[in-house]
Amino acid sequence: MAWYSKAITEKKQQKNTLWVKCKQCGSHIWQDEWDNNLNVCPNCNFHGSISAHQRAELLFDDGTFYEMFTDISPVDSLNFKDLKGSYKDKIEENKKKTGISESVVSGRGQISGIPAVASIMDFRFLGGSLGSGTGEKILQAANFAYDNHLPYIVFSASGGARMQEGVLSLMQMAKTCAGVARLNKKDIPFISVLTNPTTGGVTASYAMMGDLNIAEPGAVIGFAGRRVIEQTIGEKLPEDFQTAEYLLEHGFIDAIVNRKDLKEYLSKVLSYYNR
Amino acid sequence: MVVNTGVKVLVQKEQTQKKVNGKQVASQRTAWDIVKISRHPERPVLQDYIKHIFSDFMELHGDRYFSDDHAIIGGFATIACQKVMLIGHNKGKSALENVERNFAMAKPEGYRKALRLMKLAQRFNLPVVTFIDTPGAFPGIEAEERGQAESIAKNITEMASLEVPVVSVVIGEGGSGGALGIGVGDRILMLSNAIYSVISPEGCASILWRDASFAPDAAEALNITAHALLNHEVIDEIIQEPGEGAHTDYQKITDEVKNAILKNLRTLVNIPTDVLLEKRFEKYSAIGKFQTS
Repeated sequence: MAWYSKAITEKKQQKNTLWVKCKQCGSHIWQDEWDNNLNVCPNCNFHGSISAHQRAELLFDDGTFYEMFTDISPVDSLNFKDLKGSYKDKIEENKKKTGISESVVSGRGQISGIPAVASIMDFRFLGGSLGSGTGEKILQAANFAYDNHLPYIVFSASGGARMQEGVLSLMQMAKTCAGVARLNKKDIPFISVLTNPTTGGVTASYAMMGDLNIAEPGAVIGFAGRRVIEQTIGEKLPEDFQTAEYLLEHGFIDAIVNRKDLKEYLSKVLSYYNR
Repeated sequence: MVVNTGVKVLVQKEQTQKKVNGKQVASQRTAWDIVKISRHPERPVLQDYIKHIFSDFMELHGDRYFSDDHAIIGGFATIACQKVMLIGHNKGKSALENVERNFAMAKPEGYRKALRLMKLAQRFNLPVVTFIDTPGAFPGIEAEERGQAESIAKNITEMASLEVPVVSVVIGEGGSGGALGIGVGDRILMLSNAIYSVISPEGCASILWRDASFAPDAAEALNITAHALLNHEVIDEIIQEPGEGAHTDYQKITDEVKNAILKNLRTLVNIPTDVLLEKRFEKYSAIGKFQTS
């Protein structure tokens, strides 16, 4: 899986504090410059991963973000073990590594003065996979938006459903979409922002269900993995297959917006919401 | 664990899948044995159930946008005296037919046809019955191009608020999003040798074990059997298969499935729509296990 190898590259990068090597163009960028540019390559505009809390900071007006449902974290209910160890250990590892307790951060705040609710996925936590806790935090935030009649924004960054939770993770697709369905019924705006990568069960549930679907440039967005498709058809896929640009071309995305412009873009969209 | 890839006739003792004090007694078959039964070439498929269970089936075609997907079929149908909208994955009965039906791996047009028929069911005030039997949604270029993810996402979302009762029966393979795309129901029934999984055991093994031959281990770890899923409160009911599997007695299994569907429909059709939708929302809100500290 492409996102998996990328995650490994990213890990290697973290060890080097002086500079970052862009995964797309290979150029070396000073860490300070990389940080100041919001983890976007100044040479080729590659949008690297960014933590959920960094995103919350970028999105919400200073001091207005209030995180919710922080007490929710994964549990190894299937007692899942693979070759490399148990899911239980992986959960603890990821909590320690990221400082967050699930692959999504939910909260509310103001975006250019407009109150809104957001759930932001964090790819560093188990590849942003959709587990029961993730589904719960996304649904709870949707319910909060529903109860308070507030627009809801979800930022996706995920390899898909979390295998270590079996069908329980698959059912989170139905659970989160049930929340989205209620927002639809009440005509509450739901905006989906798809970032690199958004694949599998996350794409096949809430991420594609936005009243507006917005993507960051170059984000890989798809249902089946690249390798699986290549095996099915027996040939190599074109370079741009399953990119944000490809999806825009095929009618599944409203707009591609640079990370630095996202807040302004979303503020503008919300300003059109005449509730 | 025994690693076996071919289909073999099981010589194991008959399963003891009885309810004891409300708890399921563990099956003697391994998860991998059950995977093989669920994929048995002689296992009854949707068209067999249509023949045995429904006295009338008016197939309706097309998604109105692109084409008619033969991997998912649907239409008006009558079971006993109950008129319903029947939708399901349809595997072929021969190699040739399987190719024509793409091994029940639907493309976006299949999911969009299914949604059209569900909306039609709402218009006609008919309960929806779905049969799930797919290795997964089709992973191909044209499927991605036409929005495989969007079509499944849309169905899952729309089914959450569909204003008629929905009963889903997993008769063979419940392959991930491809299964869920027609599987968000008020009642989820599952045959005792059917499977329902977030990823195929082979796919999971090749990612987490780095080797697809560990599929039997993955099958065990993923908790994909009807018994495991009943325990995790993902499904509502198990339909017991005869002896060595559904393929050994078509009459018996189709009777069982018919009775189970009718029993559930009888309850569901009497529930007022607003209560039905509230209960459906609660049902899916409650699925999943996590910690709160």
